[in-house]
Amino acid sequence: MSSFIKKVIRNKALLLLVLPGTLWFLIFAYLPMFGIVVAFQDFRVSRDGFFASIFNSDWVGFKNFEFLFSTNDAYIITRNTILYNLVSIALGLVIAVTFAILIHELLNKRLAKLYQTGMFLPYFLSWVVISYFAFTFLSTDKGMVNQIVTALGGDPVNFYSEPKYWPFIIVFVGIWKSIGYSSVMYLAAITGIDKSYYEAGMLDGASKWQQTRYITLPHLRPLMIILTILAIGGMFRSDFGLFYQLPKDSGALYPVTNVIDTFVYRSLINMGDTGMSTAAGLYQSIVGLILILLANYAVRKIEKDHALF
Amino acid sequence: MKKRKNIHGISTFWNILFNLLIGLFAFLCVFPFLFVIMNSLADEQTLVQEGYRIIPSQFSFEAYSYIFTSTTQLIESFGLTLLVTVVGTLISLFLVSTYAYAISRRSFEFRTGFTFLAFFTMLFSGGLVPGYIVVTQLLHLQNTIWALILPLSMNAFFIIVMRTFFQTTIPDAIIESAKIDGAGEMRTFATIVLPISLPGIATIGLFSSLGYWNDWFNALLYYNKNGLVPPLQYLLMKIERSMEFLVQNSQYMGSFDGAATLPTETVRMAMVVLATLPIALAYPFFQRYFVQGLTVGSVKG
Repeated sequence: MSSFIKKVIRNKALLLLVLPGTLWFLIFAYLPMFGIVVAFQDFRVSRDGFFASIFNSDWVGFKNFEFLFSTNDAYIITRNTILYNLVSIALGLVIAVTFAILIHELLNKRLAKLYQTGMFLPYFLSWVVISYFAFTFLSTDKGMVNQIVTALGGDPVNFYSEPKYWPFIIVFVGIWKSIGYSSVMYLAAITGIDKSYYEAGMLDGASKWQQTRYITLPHLRPLMIILTILAIGGMFRSDFGLFYQLPKDSGALYPVTNVIDTFVYRSLINMGDTGMSTAAGLYQSIVGLILILLANYAVRKIEKDHALF
Repeated sequence: MKKRKNIHGISTFWNILFNLLIGLFAFLCVFPFLFVIMNSLADEQTLVQEGYRIIPSQFSFEAYSYIFTSTTQLIESFGLTLLVTVVGTLISLFLVSTYAYAISRRSFEFRTGFTFLAFFTMLFSGGLVPGYIVVTQLLHLQNTIWALILPLSMNAFFIIVMRTFFQTTIPDAIIESAKIDGAGEMRTFATIVLPISLPGIATIGLFSSLGYWNDWFNALLYYNKNGLVPPLQYLLMKIERSMEFLVQNSQYMGSFDGAATLPTETVRMAMVVLATLPIALAYPFFQRYFVQGLTVGSVKG
């Protein structure tokens, strides 16, 4: 015991430095982890504050989970979350890598820099602003899309109450926002590849396409794997703004826009069902943890060095 | 001197094709903003009748003159967001750099424990609801400015990036010589390490500022009492919602000030333009910091 105290004293300066951040993590990250017990409670707010509320609420075992999974919602939000993530991860990876390779090959470097900067703009915009942009295209009476549709003789579409277009809109806008920085990341990696590989390839008579396939792509593999594992670990999470702001929280669209994150939010704020929304959040966190552990394990089997841990 | 032809480059045909493809996409990324700018400069009546046009048939500055003369909404929100961003970024830099520095020091005997403490939060979280309960029931931060500042001030990503910066840019020799001169850890940190870590600080500072500037979620959860000046993005959101509320019975019980006139179409567009302009003009200069930060954060993660 005294050796521990000695250890603390030896490191006291660094411990002091680490203290503020630690406090933050304990309060804002770890304390909520203990708050997960609310998922097993019929939570009632007690006037005496946080701990009283938790200690005084009844324990209901798995009832919140039963209720959660008995509704059709559980299936819909899980399906939506997973499908959107799968499609976005796959499509995003292909497009980002492709763009990175193409940009790298452009002959005019200043133009290439210009394109990159342009592509980066959506990353800096908030979802509120993007939903305004989308509105100028999708508005029923004034939007660009409907103007074109009516000019061609069709009837205007009320996008904000027609679910069927939204899977495409969501995937498209999601990729639009992220391609800028993800392609630039791959581009940075490509620029770092040792030129002598390409020289050797060209001496052997390799075409540009062969060079891409046998030199560029293998060098990008580590980055692609890491980013994909991280993405898979986040399979149960969604970009809240994309699914909440863009469709303007329209109820008619919930079947295709409701994901676990929006469901948890709406259950808490609109329905006040603390127990069930916590249960949904716990469901999300546990599956997410399992997924990232599995993904990391899988990668360790394939490419030992590139696993997260 | 004759320019040597790049024999290793792609052919002109492919070059044109790729330029068109990438250029088109880059244009697609920028176009919506330009579109909104054009429409904010349109005459209100024309807009209502014709809809959004690339080139409005009639121009007018009324939207902007309205914003700058008749209403203080936008300016107040700008002010609040600016305050939150500056204070938040400073707090964030303090929390992140102290923590990251400590865990970057190999001589720190508790290093693994604290590193794990930070990284575990990337794998598992309590979720929205317990966090909400902690902030409102335990800390009672709702409707205070701290609810806008504290939740965003720390995250494991910042720690990773900063730690990597420290590990790769601070030679051990510098720290050793400071030790030999008798400086303690804290003094070494403040007077020697920090000044040469400016790139890392700039990177985290920019990420943090961007996060605060664009945040609407914390206001949505915690900062929505009637009478409070809304942060910028949240103001835009409430205005948009109030329009929807009139059109379809939305569940959103916003606290929009009923006495103020509902902004017209062009005024809303102008507000979006003004809210976005600072970022749109500034980001090209800081782009490389974000690229660096994102690359470092993903690879070393």
